[in-house]
Amino acid sequence: MPAESGTTLLPPAPAGDPMVPRPVRVESVRRETRDTVTMDLRALDGEGLVFAPGQFTMLQAFGVGEVPISISGDPARPDLLTHTVRDVGGVTGSLCRVEPGDLLGVRGAFGRGWGVEDGRGGDVVVVAGGIGLAPLRPVVLAVLAERAAYGRVSVLYGARSPAEMLFTDELDTWTAAGLDVHVIVDVADRSWTGRVGVVTELLPDAAFDPDRTLGLVCGPELMMRYAAAALTDRGVEPGRVRVSVERNMRCGIGLCGHCQLRGHLVCVDGPVFELDRIGPLLTVREL
Amino acid sequence: MADSRPVTLDLEGLQRLIDVLGEQGFTVLGPTVRSGAVVPGRVGSVADLPRGWGDRQEPGSYRLRRRDDDALFGYAADAIGWKAVLFPARELMWSGSVGPDGFDVRPGPGPSTYGEPPYAVLGIRSCDLHAVAVHDRVLAERTYADPHYAERRRDAFLVTVVCGDPSGTCFCVSMGTGPRADAGYDLALTELLDGQHRFLARAGSARGEAVLAAVDTRPAEDRDEEESEQVVAHAVAHMGRAMDTTGLRDLLYDNAEHPRWDDVASRCLSCGNCTMVCPTCFCTSVEEHTSLSGHDTEHWRIWDSCFTTDFSYLHGGSVRTSPRSRYRQWMTHKLAAWIDQFGTSGCVGCGRCLTSCPVGIDITEEVAAIRAAPGPRKEDAHATGR
Repeated sequence: MPAESGTTLLPPAPAGDPMVPRPVRVESVRRETRDTVTMDLRALDGEGLVFAPGQFTMLQAFGVGEVPISISGDPARPDLLTHTVRDVGGVTGSLCRVEPGDLLGVRGAFGRGWGVEDGRGGDVVVVAGGIGLAPLRPVVLAVLAERAAYGRVSVLYGARSPAEMLFTDELDTWTAAGLDVHVIVDVADRSWTGRVGVVTELLPDAAFDPDRTLGLVCGPELMMRYAAAALTDRGVEPGRVRVSVERNMRCGIGLCGHCQLRGHLVCVDGPVFELDRIGPLLTVREL
Repeated sequence: MADSRPVTLDLEGLQRLIDVLGEQGFTVLGPTVRSGAVVPGRVGSVADLPRGWGDRQEPGSYRLRRRDDDALFGYAADAIGWKAVLFPARELMWSGSVGPDGFDVRPGPGPSTYGEPPYAVLGIRSCDLHAVAVHDRVLAERTYADPHYAERRRDAFLVTVVCGDPSGTCFCVSMGTGPRADAGYDLALTELLDGQHRFLARAGSARGEAVLAAVDTRPAEDRDEEESEQVVAHAVAHMGRAMDTTGLRDLLYDNAEHPRWDDVASRCLSCGNCTMVCPTCFCTSVEEHTSLSGHDTEHWRIWDSCFTTDFSYLHGGSVRTSPRSRYRQWMTHKLAAWIDQFGTSGCVGCGRCLTSCPVGIDITEEVAAIRAAPGPRKEDAHATGR
C-alpha cells in the first residue's frame, strides 16, 4: 500500500481543511537575482508552520492562483515561513512582485523531506543546481544548527552565471561555519574568478567517505540524474542518494492526480526520493 | 454484514421502495431515458424507469433498442455513470474576499451546508459499485481525505440491480467486478422476468433491512432464487469482452516503450471522453474565479483529464507532450500504477471508455496487443513501482 506513512520526518498533517489556505503577511522581501526573490512570511493567526527541510507549501497569490513552492527557510524558525520564488509564469510572477505588508495564502507544509538527520554521524554532500539550492538551504541550516553531529559537509552549487547565484551573501558564512562550499557557473562574466563548467565537475573536490555519506541533490532533472550517478560512481549507496522531483501539483495532498510518476504521487511520496526508488523512472521519456 | 433472507417484491413493491426512500429524505436517482440514452435522473415512480429499453454498445457506438419485454433494468451500463453523484464535476473548495482585516477566506460549504439531500441510487450496477469502493480508497481512506466525498458517500443509499443483459463493451467478469455485487450495497435486486414481473431482493446493511421492512415483500421461493441464478448465468455467458489481467502491472511497466503505444496514439484524439465517463478517474484541477475588481475569488475543484497537455505542465513545457505518452499514462495508471497507489486496479470493466471513444479504442484490445508481443522483462521497472 501507499508509502504515505513515509519514513523520515513528516510532521503531523496541519489541522483543518487541507484545501483551504491560511492567510500570511509578507514581512520582508529580498531580491536574489534578476528573476528570483526570497520572502519571509508570518501567519496572521500567529500559529507557526512546522516543517522538515525539503517540504513545500502551496503558495497562493490571491485572485491569481496557487503553486507548489519549496520552503527555503530555517526549520528552527517555524514562526517565519521563508520561500524563494523564481518568476516563471503567471502565479510565480505575481508572487515575485509582492511587497512587505501584502497578504498571501499558504497550505501545508506538505510532502516528504530530505531526512537530513539520516546523515548524522557521517558526511553530507549537498549538490544544487540553480533554484535547486532553495529547498536545500534548510538542510544547510539544520546541519549548521548541530554541526558537531555531522562529519564533513560539502555544498556543491552550480549556477548558469554569477548573476544568477542565490544566497550569495550566505555562501561565505557557510564556509566560515565549517562547510566545504564549492561553486561553479555555466557561463562566466568579467567579475568571475571561479570555476566554469557543470556542477558534477565539483564532485572530485568534495572529500567524503562514500560508505557513510548522505547525498542530497536538487536541480533540473537532467542535472540530478548526472549528479546522482556521480555520487553512486564514487561509491555512495543509491539508497543514500536523494533527489527532489518536480511535477505539476494542484492539491499537494495526493488527491488531484497531477504529479503522478508511475506508482508515486510526488506530492505525498516525495518530492524527495531515494535514488533507488526513482532513478530508473527518470530515464523514461515523458513518463 | 451477513446476508439477510431474500424476499421478492413486485412492481407495486418497487414503487413502495421508491416512496419509502423519498419519505426518509433521500433524493432518489435512477436510470432514465434522455437524449437517446439511459442516463441517471430523478426517479419518483416506476414509470420514470426505462421500461422495455435495452442498449447496444460497441466501441465508438451507443444505441438504445426496444426490448421484447417490459424489463425496467434491461440495459447494460448506463451511458455516463454515477460518478458525479458522490464526486461532482465542480465543487467549491473555498471563496475569499478583501475585508477590513485583509483577506477573508471561507471554506467551501460541502453538501450538508448546501442543504443538499442525501442520494439514493436505484439501479447501480456491480461494476459501478466496485468503482465506488475504488473511490472510497482513493478519496476517503487516505492521510488527506476529500471531506465532501466522504460526507456524500456516508449518507448515500445504494440499491444495486444485477446486470442481466450486458453489452458488447462489458468485461466485468474478467475484472472480477460483476455482474452481481457481493458487497457494498444497502439493497441488492435481481429483476426476474419469467412469468410474473418481480424482483428478488436482499439487504446488505441495517439501513437496507429497515427500508425493506417498510415494503410489501414475500419470502423468496426456490424458483425465485433459481431464476436469479439464471439471470446471472445469462449475463456471464453474454459478456462482450474480456481482459486478461494476469501479471498486468509488470507487463505494462516492462513495455513502456512498446510500439503499440505509437499505434494507439495514431488513433487517439486526446479528447478525454474516456476519463470523463470512467467511473474511477478522479483527477481534478482547481479553477480560480476572480471578480474584475480582484476583491472576490472562488476556488472550484473541477474534473480534469490526463489527456490534456496542461495536465503535466511545468514551467518550460509539459512533461507529456505526445498523445503516445498521454495514452500510456492513462492506461498504465488505470491498470498498473493504481495497484501501487491504492492496492487495487482502477478498472472495473464497465466498458464506457470503449463505448464513448469517438474512434473506438478498446482498452482490452490494447492490453491484448501488448501481451501478444511483449518486450523483454525490465527488473528496474518493478523495483521502482513503489
